[in-house]
Amino acid sequence: MTYLPHTDADRQAMLETIGIERIADLFTDVPATKRFPVLDLPAPLSEPEILRELQALSESNADIDHYPCFLGAGAYDHFIPSVVRHIIGRSEFYTAYTPYQPEISQGTLQAIFEYQSMVCALTGMDVANASHYDGATATAEAVIMALSVARGRRRKVVLAPAVHPEYRAVVRTYTQGMGLSYAGDESLRVDLDDLRHLVDDETACVIVQNPDFFGRLLNLNKLQALADAAHAHQALFVVVADPISLGLFRPPGDYGADVVVGEGQCLGNPLSYGGPYLGLFACREQYVRRMAGRLVGQTEDRQGRRGFVLTLSTREQHIRREKATSNICSNEALNALAAAVYLAALGRTGLRQIAGLCYHRAHYAAARIAAIPGFALADESPFFKEFVIRCPRPPAEINDWLWDEYGIIGGYELGRDYPILDDSLLFCVTEMNSRSEIDYLVSALEEVLP
Amino acid sequence: MTELTPLIYEISVPGRTAATTPALDVPQATLPTEMLRADLPLPEVSEVDLVRHYVRLSQLNWGVDVGFYPLGSCTMKYNPKTNEVAASLPGFSRVHPYQPEHLAQGCLQLMFELQELLKTIGGFDAVSLQPAAGAHGELTGVLIMRAYHRARGDEKRTRMLIPDSAHGTNPASTTMSGLQMVEIKSDARGNVDLAELRAHCDDTVVGLMLTNPNTLGLFDEHLAEIADLVHGCGGLLYGDGANMNALLGIARPGELGFDVLHYNLHKTFSTPHGGGGPGSGPVGVVEKLAPFLPGPIVVREEVESECCCGEQDCTHEPGDEGYVPGEPAYFFHFDWPAQSVGRVKSFYGNFGVLVRAYTYIRMLGATGLRAVSEHAVLNANYLQARLKGTYRLPYDRTCMHEFVLEGRLPDAPDVHALDISKRLMDYSFHPPTNYFPLIVPEALMIEPTETESKETLDAFADALLQIAEEARTQPHLLHEAPHRTPVGRLDEVKAAREPVLRWK
Repeated sequence: MTYLPHTDADRQAMLETIGIERIADLFTDVPATKRFPVLDLPAPLSEPEILRELQALSESNADIDHYPCFLGAGAYDHFIPSVVRHIIGRSEFYTAYTPYQPEISQGTLQAIFEYQSMVCALTGMDVANASHYDGATATAEAVIMALSVARGRRRKVVLAPAVHPEYRAVVRTYTQGMGLSYAGDESLRVDLDDLRHLVDDETACVIVQNPDFFGRLLNLNKLQALADAAHAHQALFVVVADPISLGLFRPPGDYGADVVVGEGQCLGNPLSYGGPYLGLFACREQYVRRMAGRLVGQTEDRQGRRGFVLTLSTREQHIRREKATSNICSNEALNALAAAVYLAALGRTGLRQIAGLCYHRAHYAAARIAAIPGFALADESPFFKEFVIRCPRPPAEINDWLWDEYGIIGGYELGRDYPILDDSLLFCVTEMNSRSEIDYLVSALEEVLP
Repeated sequence: MTELTPLIYEISVPGRTAATTPALDVPQATLPTEMLRADLPLPEVSEVDLVRHYVRLSQLNWGVDVGFYPLGSCTMKYNPKTNEVAASLPGFSRVHPYQPEHLAQGCLQLMFELQELLKTIGGFDAVSLQPAAGAHGELTGVLIMRAYHRARGDEKRTRMLIPDSAHGTNPASTTMSGLQMVEIKSDARGNVDLAELRAHCDDTVVGLMLTNPNTLGLFDEHLAEIADLVHGCGGLLYGDGANMNALLGIARPGELGFDVLHYNLHKTFSTPHGGGGPGSGPVGVVEKLAPFLPGPIVVREEVESECCCGEQDCTHEPGDEGYVPGEPAYFFHFDWPAQSVGRVKSFYGNFGVLVRAYTYIRMLGATGLRAVSEHAVLNANYLQARLKGTYRLPYDRTCMHEFVLEGRLPDAPDVHALDISKRLMDYSFHPPTNYFPLIVPEALMIEPTETESKETLDAFADALLQIAEEARTQPHLLHEAPHRTPVGRLDEVKAAREPVLRWK
């Protein structure tokens, strides 16, 4: 039987030790009328059969090794160095669980400690946890932490409209039982100055995304002013950041962030149709006892040897139960390991080069597309690797055209989240999109208008 | 095991890197200089040093592939390698979540079929694959229960009943949902105390969160009465599916009275635990709760003979759009379920984990899955039988997939469960879960899983019996354990009092 080592002799000997005759005798506590239901499942398959079937199924997707893709919007195609897959494929890592027993878990613990250190370096924060499920849930946990810092006395969240639409949705899902009010994201016309005026003494936190959902790099003076306004009202300033952008641009710690969250998928994790991804979460030291999630800390054993342990766990559900900072238990540890290996592989210069390539290629693409009659860049703001293009035909039609005629997977149709942008596509260009691929996209878009 | 190894920062040398990047092949754009960061303090290492660093770290770790890992409540079964191959197929791993549905039919079909498989296995009417872990599924389930009552205008229901044997995630998920938890005691046989449950069942109850088999590894002997009591007062019965490894083909929670349940694909369905994730926590519900599930959910529809491109003068040949007329195709409905609690995650779920679980279920089929649970329960009862004469078994009943011993010995009063656990490492075993469930003093919670052989179980039992002997005769061996690991017992008090949480 698949994955079962028992022989008939084993089973017989074990039943005798237990003192019963048949395996079925172990299940007498299960109500007899409900016991041993017939499961109507497909017949079992051997390994070659299932792999052949899955190969065929996977090939009915248009994978982006075979088709140029200009989608981003929170999930990014960045190159994954071979060492990343090699390391996370070590089964000493991937077949372990949460390192509750530190003496035989120093590999996971030290790797997470190093990950925490690298996330702090990237974001300009003091502490980082061992991960959340994704950028959206990390953002929701930042809101819950802000409520806790305010000791439950504040019930308002100020939220920029250009925070990822799915993050804003998840934040609302998480907090639906908490009686919160949200201000700021009802209209795209709300800018950083408007957000500043929405902050008051009821506000627990202010959330912005930089670069924002449209790829724009926000004005640092305005961000600092917003942070100052938040702090003047004792509210936390939460920044959703793209970690690749932090290879080149100022960390949110430089402009007043108290909490930095983000999607860490781009750091060495495959797109994998939306998961598993990696929720980054870092904050200032003063909030460490109110943050959610696992934390690894350094300590020593009786002989004075350095070692690492899970620490400050009195915040967590397995100790504090209903008073815990969050219910999170399993997180995305293996994805965090991938991110650590990725950041260590690229290092101080490599990440900067990747971020630079994204920036320059995205600007090349934007300039060339904007030069096509009928197409235009939506605004003049500085941007990182994504930009919004206003289109002369409905974006869905353009995407169909790109696919049908050129085999190109086009941009993200912004109308699905923002009705007033129903003429706009969000294009993403990374180091994976070569100049010739960009030129191919441009030549295709040139054919959109007859 | 190997020696400890320096931090990656400590082997960093300026100027080194382990990555190559493409040359700039486009004109350089102007950078906004005021936005550029001054420095990026990341490590700088060569590729070979990077690989050696992490390989050495991996050798400091214990995993299921290293040896027996009977960590109760975590179902540390063998993780089949086929699953890993399946999830890394480029046709799955290299697909963007926002690709049009017609360019991701393989992903959507797999998700649809996994929804169907989980419905069949659990006895539910609808499943959402979105939650990313067990606790995430719990939060989803509790939000669904809350939304169900509120949709009926029954807003006074704010109390969630939770047995004292429950995982800590149950009360924590309840608090996150804005509800109050009420603890229900267990009776002398490890069941929910029916009298106490009855006393708390009224019209303020959202429901009961029940792990069954519970964290003692026991199937509640009064499950039908419990379900009747909870339903009788208008409440819902939540199932914590952490212990589903005992129930595959044995009983379907949906038929046992559960209204909502989260599955742990990383426990029951063999996907690796990853050192603490990623997991996957799909939620199954009965029909009346289906409108509240988080969306989107995959649906199967038959494509009509007309092309669905929407263009007026369509010249597409059949199949152009990726859909074949008359054949089923798979879609998300973004405005469905109608009364959804909302998204709990960006995108659709931990897809890579779903691929692994799907692979496992299809390889085992109905007979294989039932054999999984039968042998998980056989292995646990065998170990229980071998150990209960030496270690006290506080609830002496037939167990399901796990059991809980007391880690204290009458003639070795200074020895604790922690000492026994640490000593087990010297015998090359991962310790059981310690100090949980809370209702057993010095708990040792042992879950062998079905993938372990009789020889492994015997070696583990022999070690625990030997340790009990050592506890009487040479207790210092336990107090100072482990002796054979790269580090000894670490000072956790120091770690918490003087937190060092990053390299400086």
